[in-house]
Amino acid sequence: MLRSPRTLLSVTSAALLVAGLAACGGTTKDSNTNAGSGTQASAAADPNAAIKEGLKIAFLPKQLNNPYSDVETGGGKVAVEELKGEYKLVGPNDASASSQVSYINTLIQQQQDVIVVAANDPNAVCPSLNQARAAKIKVITFDSDASKDCRDAFINQATTEGIGQSLAKMALEQAGGEGEIAVLSATPNATNQNSWIEVMKEELKKPEYAKLKLVKVAYGNDDDQKSFQEAQGLLQSYPNLKAIVAPTTVGIAAAARYISSSSYKGKVAVTGLGLPNQMREYVKDDTVKKFALWNPADIGYLAAFAGAAMASGQITGAPGEKFKAGKLGEYTIGADGEIVLGPPTEFTKENIDQFNF
Amino acid sequence: MTVTSDRSAPTDAPLGAPAAKRFGGLLKTRELGIVLALALLVAYTAIDNPRFLSGQSIRDNLLNTAILAVMATGQAVVVITRNIDLSVGSVLGISAFAVATLMSNQDLPMVVGLLAGLAIGAVAGLVNGVLVRYGKVPALVVTLGTLYIYRGITYSWAGGSQVNADELPRHFLTFANDSILGIPWLVLIALVVVAAGSVMMRNYRVGRELYAMGSSPAAAELAGIKVARNLLGAFVLSGALAGLAGVLYAARFGTVDAAAGTGLELNVVAAVVVGGVAVFGGSGSVWGAALGALLLTVIGSALAVLDINQFWQQAIVGALIILAICADRLVAVRIARSLRKRDAHV
Repeated sequence: MLRSPRTLLSVTSAALLVAGLAACGGTTKDSNTNAGSGTQASAAADPNAAIKEGLKIAFLPKQLNNPYSDVETGGGKVAVEELKGEYKLVGPNDASASSQVSYINTLIQQQQDVIVVAANDPNAVCPSLNQARAAKIKVITFDSDASKDCRDAFINQATTEGIGQSLAKMALEQAGGEGEIAVLSATPNATNQNSWIEVMKEELKKPEYAKLKLVKVAYGNDDDQKSFQEAQGLLQSYPNLKAIVAPTTVGIAAAARYISSSSYKGKVAVTGLGLPNQMREYVKDDTVKKFALWNPADIGYLAAFAGAAMASGQITGAPGEKFKAGKLGEYTIGADGEIVLGPPTEFTKENIDQFNF
Repeated sequence: MTVTSDRSAPTDAPLGAPAAKRFGGLLKTRELGIVLALALLVAYTAIDNPRFLSGQSIRDNLLNTAILAVMATGQAVVVITRNIDLSVGSVLGISAFAVATLMSNQDLPMVVGLLAGLAIGAVAGLVNGVLVRYGKVPALVVTLGTLYIYRGITYSWAGGSQVNADELPRHFLTFANDSILGIPWLVLIALVVVAAGSVMMRNYRVGRELYAMGSSPAAAELAGIKVARNLLGAFVLSGALAGLAGVLYAARFGTVDAAAGTGLELNVVAAVVVGGVAVFGGSGSVWGAALGALLLTVIGSALAVLDINQFWQQAIVGALIILAICADRLVAVRIARSLRKRDAHV
């Protein structure tokens, strides 16, 4: 028995701490526990095979509680409902390299038909994904690819070239055809951002961009305050700056918020990749004229359809195979099992209210 | 950096723990050191790029410091009592999200948001204080636990949703940039908090009691100081100020999700330590901690302006923390030595 209120308190406090820590662990949403017997497709592709009903399609994003991931998996949920399958969403609370492994192992045990995963690390998840494939589970990656030899197909939101070119084009437009521009990126070692910036630099060497000068690539580490400071640093270091191009949603929002509340408003343009909900305020107050992004809901949607097509035997992941992805139309698998979603959508004052993500 | 030089007037220097009181001159060098470092940094950066001293730049730096300084004030008080509050980043997060949600649903005046933030933070701080005092668990462990608990609550409440700038009322967003007599509200709030904290710790009975508790908890208890009440007060203050900082964060950044303020607690502790508050309690000052916050913020902006590699920035902050702790140790040794000398004379 508890003798004194003090013991009681320390016990409750310990219990509280434990409960709180447990609450911070990974969460499982919409879990379904009945393990069914998923019949598997044969190795050869049969383009006329009907999509099976009741497919168990599990989504494993980089982390839960991330607004962007939520939109992606939300699109997947819609697709799974259209496919009359069973939707499941699991994921860690942190995007560290190894955090997804235990979730993959659990999904294997639950005998899912398809695992749609955004790999936090291309290699760390590989052994588990290969175990899943050995158990005849189809593995589709989206958002961020795993190594080629441990997944069946990759949904690429846009090609690196497409994004780099789109960034360069918007920079030219927003800078008014000439002058100094700067890039505000995520972390200095962010793979996606770095490859887009590389393409953008290549693009800037073309004659039509001759009057545009990229003066600096700054890194805001995808942190609001740091991106704020970096935007300030850019404007102080380069008084003649015409445009800031931010290929990251945190960076573009921070740069826009800073410029909209500073004396640089109207003098320096902001463009890049951003989420319409985050940017609406700054598009409406004219700080930002135009920015772009693929529709994240479409990524999840396409991934679910690709997974279902594969689990039903319509496709195997070989280049040149075609499948239908509901409202998005027909897709063809490219080299290395890549399926490209399409060109990014551009958002302006006129169309931004049509989007909610 | 006009504000800095105003506040660095020598008469303003605080006195440390009772034992060190006679040697306030020595301790003064701690804050003086920060002011010198700050002056050097600003001068060097300004020579490299004169725009670093433009009105917009000074304003930006002060605005960026404001949130950190508010939190550092609360943290300094807690650290002076030989405790620590690691949950402040999570408290900021929960307060920022709660207030942003509250404000986005209806058109409430700003003061309601500020009070709500303070109240949420105070409750969170009270929980910390009660667990530390009555649970007899070290503050490091308790606040590490509540760091996760408060963040977990925010996550489970917010999920992946976020409050965007376009959902927040205009007056809430402009609050971060509006000025009164040329000083932005955010900076004014930070100045008031820091000044009030400094005066409380230096001139009021309760402040001196907090120093005494940090110098020797056992002796403080025996001397009849109301240790429990003071300790709860310190944690409630730290929590409430983190809550207030959450409101300022929401107003400043306009976009709030469940991850707001993640990792900020380490910046706050760094500001306090760099600002000369000894981690073992009993010495240091609130305004020193605020100076520490200013220094860290200015370093951040200066490195951006000076075009120094990103990777170096964290290393520089780390080096500063170690330097500050070494300086602490040095001061302590010198005090001990001069105390011994004085005894020899008697």
